[in-house]
Amino acid sequence: MIAATVNLESIKENYLKALEKTQRQIVVCAGTACVANGSLKVFEAIKEQVEKKDLNVSVKLESDKDADVVMAKTGCRGFCQVGPLVTVRPQEYHYVRVKPEDAAEIVESSVADDKPVERLLYSDPATGNTCKTTKDIPFYTRQKRTVLDECGKIDACNIEEYISHEGYFAARKAFTQMQPQQIYDEVLESGLRGRGGGGFPTGKKWALTLPQPGEKKYVICNGDEGDPGAFMDRSLMEGNPHRVLEGMMIAARAIGADEAYVYVRAEYPLAVSRVSEAVRDAEALGILGDDVFGTGESLKIKVLEGAGAFVCGEETALIASIEGRRGMPNPKPPFPAQSGLWGRPTCINNVETLATVPLIIQHGAEYFKSMGTENSAGTKTFALTGHVANTGLIEVPFGLTLREIVFGIGGGVTDDDGNIFEDGFKAVQCGGPSGGCLTEEHLDLPIDYDNLRNIGAMVGSGGLVVMNKKTCMVQIAHFFMQFTQNESCGKCVPCREGTKQMLRLLEDIIEARATLETIDLLERVASAVSKGSLCGLGKTAPNPVLTTLKYFRDEYTAHVVHGKCPAGQCKAFAMPEIDPEKCIGCGLCKKKCPVDAIEGEKKQPHVIDQDKCIKCGACAEACKFNAVIGM
Amino acid sequence: MSCEACKKQKFEKVCRILEEHQADKSNLIPILHAVQREYRYLPEEILTYIATSLKMPPAKVYGVASFYAHFALEPKGKYVIHVCDGTACHVKGSIAILEAMQGKLGLDKEKCTTDDQLFTVETVSCLGACGMAPVITINEDVYGLVTPEKAGNLIEEILEKEKA
Ligand SMILES: Cc1cc2nc3c(=O)[nH]c(=O)nc-3n(C[C@H](O)[C@H](O)[C@H](O)COP(=O)(O)O)c2cc1C
Ligand code: SF4
Ligand code: SF4
Ligand code: FES
Ligand code: FES
Repeated sequence: MIAATVNLESIKENYLKALEKTQRQIVVCAGTACVANGSLKVFEAIKEQVEKKDLNVSVKLESDKDADVVMAKTGCRGFCQVGPLVTVRPQEYHYVRVKPEDAAEIVESSVADDKPVERLLYSDPATGNTCKTTKDIPFYTRQKRTVLDECGKIDACNIEEYISHEGYFAARKAFTQMQPQQIYDEVLESGLRGRGGGGFPTGKKWALTLPQPGEKKYVICNGDEGDPGAFMDRSLMEGNPHRVLEGMMIAARAIGADEAYVYVRAEYPLAVSRVSEAVRDAEALGILGDDVFGTGESLKIKVLEGAGAFVCGEETALIASIEGRRGMPNPKPPFPAQSGLWGRPTCINNVETLATVPLIIQHGAEYFKSMGTENSAGTKTFALTGHVANTGLIEVPFGLTLREIVFGIGGGVTDDDGNIFEDGFKAVQCGGPSGGCLTEEHLDLPIDYDNLRNIGAMVGSGGLVVMNKKTCMVQIAHFFMQFTQNESCGKCVPCREGTKQMLRLLEDIIEARATLETIDLLERVASAVSKGSLCGLGKTAPNPVLTTLKYFRDEYTAHVVHGKCPAGQCKAFAMPEIDPEKCIGCGLCKKKCPVDAIEGEKKQPHVIDQDKCIKCGACAEACKFNAVIGM
Repeated sequence: MSCEACKKQKFEKVCRILEEHQADKSNLIPILHAVQREYRYLPEEILTYIATSLKMPPAKVYGVASFYAHFALEPKGKYVIHVCDGTACHVKGSIAILEAMQGKLGLDKEKCTTDDQLFTVETVSCLGACGMAPVITINEDVYGLVTPEKAGNLIEEILEKEKA
């Protein structure tokens, strides 16, 4: 049987024709955060309302069926903070914080008519302006969305819609018009560096497999994304899985692989199912399979679920895991490019790296190089979280400053209640547990691989956690240490034991048992761990400690020398006192104190006996008049 | 409940899973995933059965199963609650939520599952919905912007539902 080669142009044309016939498209964000906020209920409610109008509604646009209104679920659109998000096309009305109760009004006003529902539009807190479309919202206008462009716009599970955006055109070009050598050259020339953390030039990595002997080679897409605070790979796999597959196809063509794997973290079930569905749809159209674009080349992609081990993101550990073993790293060399999966040359790339590749093949290296800085071309996605007004997923060109990200896109620093905290900026932790802290003095530094490395931080996978002045940096260092210590696979002693010791030393500091020598010792153990560990996990585990020591040393000394936690977070240094001005003598605190440390007559100011107090904070919590201070 | 019929039924399910994966050693992790989806944990006798079928030493299968956090060697509660303690959630107060839930259910760091096997409470590092931090999941459902009170209410709701 000879299968006809898929005709991308005609799929695109038919799809666009069908789209023209529909009156409205209603797009509901079904990314994890919006779903958590009830977006699926919103979807059902809107659908019900449209049906009530006797309109012919379809939940997926199919080019061979007629529909008046098409409803689609997308992946994350980045602005999770104000979700659930709903867009009505063609007017592109962008509704935020939509509830099922809003469905009738949306349908009445923007589906049956052309008017926006004013009260559901985003209002810019800085200017008070009402924003009809994303083109008016500063969170979006200051970004440059290229890799994420279709994420949140298109129906992730509709291959026809992806093709209608010229999806798979780049893969076809790579298979039918380019030689592997040309693909390497283009990608190398573009300056694309790996987005998974290390920043190794992608073209160079692919070229390394070229001289390797043997017919069989593999491509692996690393979708393990274990960094806490990072979710860009998840958003790409959920929001535009075909883009990831297309990148894998191009990589496979470049290195001559006929088998590929997507390794997805177990905590991401939606990503697993969307990528799997995308593979099935691409196979059904003959895009993947035995005769890719009529070239006679074959390519099969398998989806594998991880099983909850952070270290499996490390490439040699990931390979062990695919082979069905414990996911422990192996020494390099040999590099996977030389001897990887089942001992064959293997190219491992990050999800975002692969999703970037189709852009380069389609628009050329020059286009890509026109964005970013000299040594870091293109754009990077970041997960902006923590104490910042607008949290979410963003994409910006390299070279943007931290100030533009935190204050421009992020809308400024917030306090614990989410209100803007003027002058509240303290630090941004960048790059997760292998990264470091950026501070006030770095606010105007253009962000790229080399600039960050020079100051001891790193782009890493792109988590940006903004922290306000109420954050204790020693506790943050402790938090990351706890993470790496938990995740250490235990293969090598410096990592297994060293991280444990570092954690203890940090605990001593937080719990008021430390001296200046503790800090010295911490620094010495840190350097031993990073020198003596086998894989990147151990090598980079001390980074959060070292950068906080570098930029916030006075906070460490305040803990050990002055017996104070400057941020007021470490309980051990708390000195609860009752403000006699505020205390009305209700006695609530006295009742709650587990050690009877509070004394006082009814209606008289109470007093805390500092010798008995165990600093549990129960009194502060109990007092309705905020009379307990110093907690 | 260890009559022959039940036992047979138990192993039939595993056999089917093994067959679906060509009883191939390299598919060990997908096999464990499938078995865990079926039983919600990995019973010891089944691990041994898998080892025999794949012609692997049981210790090796056990070694793989115990390496990965996702695999449970003990039965878990009917409602598995994951409190995210990733950076974003941590900064926004995940520990208070964890402690509130543990307190309510009489659980702690060592004891994660209630005696009636209704609840398991554990932390995970980042669920990838950091924009809504702090985040928890109860089985498949994700909840964002959680507070200790809200977490307590969710538990109450489940208890109500279970009573009904
Ligand atoms: C402990 C550890 C965890 C890692 N986790 C990931 C991960 O989750 N995702 C990822 O793409 N790379 C991760 N990496 C980096 C990978 O080993 C590898 O460098 C990367 O996938 C290569 O892809 P790239 O060149 O496209 O960046 C990790 C590395 C280490 C040492
Ligand atoms: S550095 Fe740590 S995680 Fe890496 S191999 Fe050694 S023990 Fe395992
Ligand atoms: S902090 Fe705790 S122990 Fe100390 S006075 Fe308040 S309630 Fe009592
Ligand atoms: S999940 Fe909807 S915007 Fe992120
Ligand atoms: S840190 Fe909790 S969801 Fe990411």
